[in-house]
Amino acid sequence: MRCLTIICLLCVATSSFAADDPEVHIEPSHLQGPRVLEKQTEAAAIRDYLQAWHSLRSALAESRSELLDASFIGDARDKLAATIVEQDKLGIRTRYQDRAHDLQVVFYSPEGLSIQIVDRIDYDVQILDHDKVITTQRLNVRYIAVLTPSEVRWRVRILQGQAN
Amino acid sequence: MTFRVALLVIAVSAFQAASAQGATMTLAESITAGSAFSIQSTGSGNAVLYIVGLGQVVRRDVRLGEAVNFPAGTLYSAGRYLVVLATANGSESRAFNVVPAGQPVALSFLAKPSRLPVRLHDGITGAVYVFDPYQNLITQPTPVLFEISTGSGTAQTRKVLTRDGAAWTAMDSTAREGAARFVAQLDGVSSTRVIQQVPGDPCGLKMTARQVGPKLVLETDPVRDCSGNIVFDGTIVTFTETYNGGESTVDVPLKRGVARVEMPAYSDARISVASGVVMGNEIRWRGR
Repeated sequence: MRCLTIICLLCVATSSFAADDPEVHIEPSHLQGPRVLEKQTEAAAIRDYLQAWHSLRSALAESRSELLDASFIGDARDKLAATIVEQDKLGIRTRYQDRAHDLQVVFYSPEGLSIQIVDRIDYDVQILDHDKVITTQRLNVRYIAVLTPSEVRWRVRILQGQAN
Repeated sequence: MTFRVALLVIAVSAFQAASAQGATMTLAESITAGSAFSIQSTGSGNAVLYIVGLGQVVRRDVRLGEAVNFPAGTLYSAGRYLVVLATANGSESRAFNVVPAGQPVALSFLAKPSRLPVRLHDGITGAVYVFDPYQNLITQPTPVLFEISTGSGTAQTRKVLTRDGAAWTAMDSTAREGAARFVAQLDGVSSTRVIQQVPGDPCGLKMTARQVGPKLVLETDPVRDCSGNIVFDGTIVTFTETYNGGESTVDVPLKRGVARVEMPAYSDARISVASGVVMGNEIRWRGR
């Protein structure tokens, strides 16, 4: 019975990492800076930012850094790619599942080349060591993201978390 | 069914709690990026310590009851990390922050435009992001000094505190044409952009006329903007001659600050000159 319980728990834990869409709440922009943020620009930046989390989840879960390329650039991409290399070396996998985003655009630089978003995220992180689940924890973190425009989309250049 | 699920959850939670009782750990709530730190555990036996964040992952085999020391440079990527102490009986988890090192060493400076007319209010804008030695965004408010200066030493300065690692300013272009240095600096770190300031639109136009044979030679005085800078060559000046119910118009680019054209010398012609929205003087030519 106890074994069955543990197996059920593992199944629940695993299925909870299915790709559910996170809840997204967008606060009205509270911009510093003189540049007006058009609704379409804001919507595109937020859409691309959320897509970046999707890419991040897949890249870390599958240890495939090339999945980052569409959404990340610069230091954000380099750091995430280094994490993937490191966890591969250690035999670790990490699964992230963002559950809820509470987003606010806080800065649109005057020349229009960067947008800064503050995101209070609830996410689950699951650590696996050689495919054995070590733990699953829920974190609530305040992320600062800086996005810059590329050919057809906004890409994340800085992604940095801190205690909420 | 619901009751069974509830029982299951309670049982599993109790099991997990009991499992985790074997070992606990003590660590700081936050450490500075790049600094040394240690994690103290209780209990006995072997365990595995995981430190997991988006920026870095660390795994160590440890002995419970001993301090695990991490030398400087182990964790350098700022962010929120999960620390897990895993034993044969279960695991204990804690979260902690790696905060950016306080000393800024790099600025990302975005300035616009690279070329603009003189005396434009808030015409030059700059934005900076401030980074520590590990390319972490320094989120603590940090004063950034923006300065615009020209060869003549004219300077405007503005001090701005960063918010979430970013600061911006808007400044006026100066009265004199030429290159201006736009500098963002803090604590010995600076970044410079060169902004080319060009003359503005003509401020006034004055022309003279003289007859050469059957033609009138029309020529402007050197065309200047309102700050006295010679307006750029290539700026179009329009001469219009009205005579006996007819009208001729000639567009002439400035060359060395002056526009010059020849037009037929009709008696009683009225000749005007303009550039953009600026009208110059009018000449009534009565012939000689």
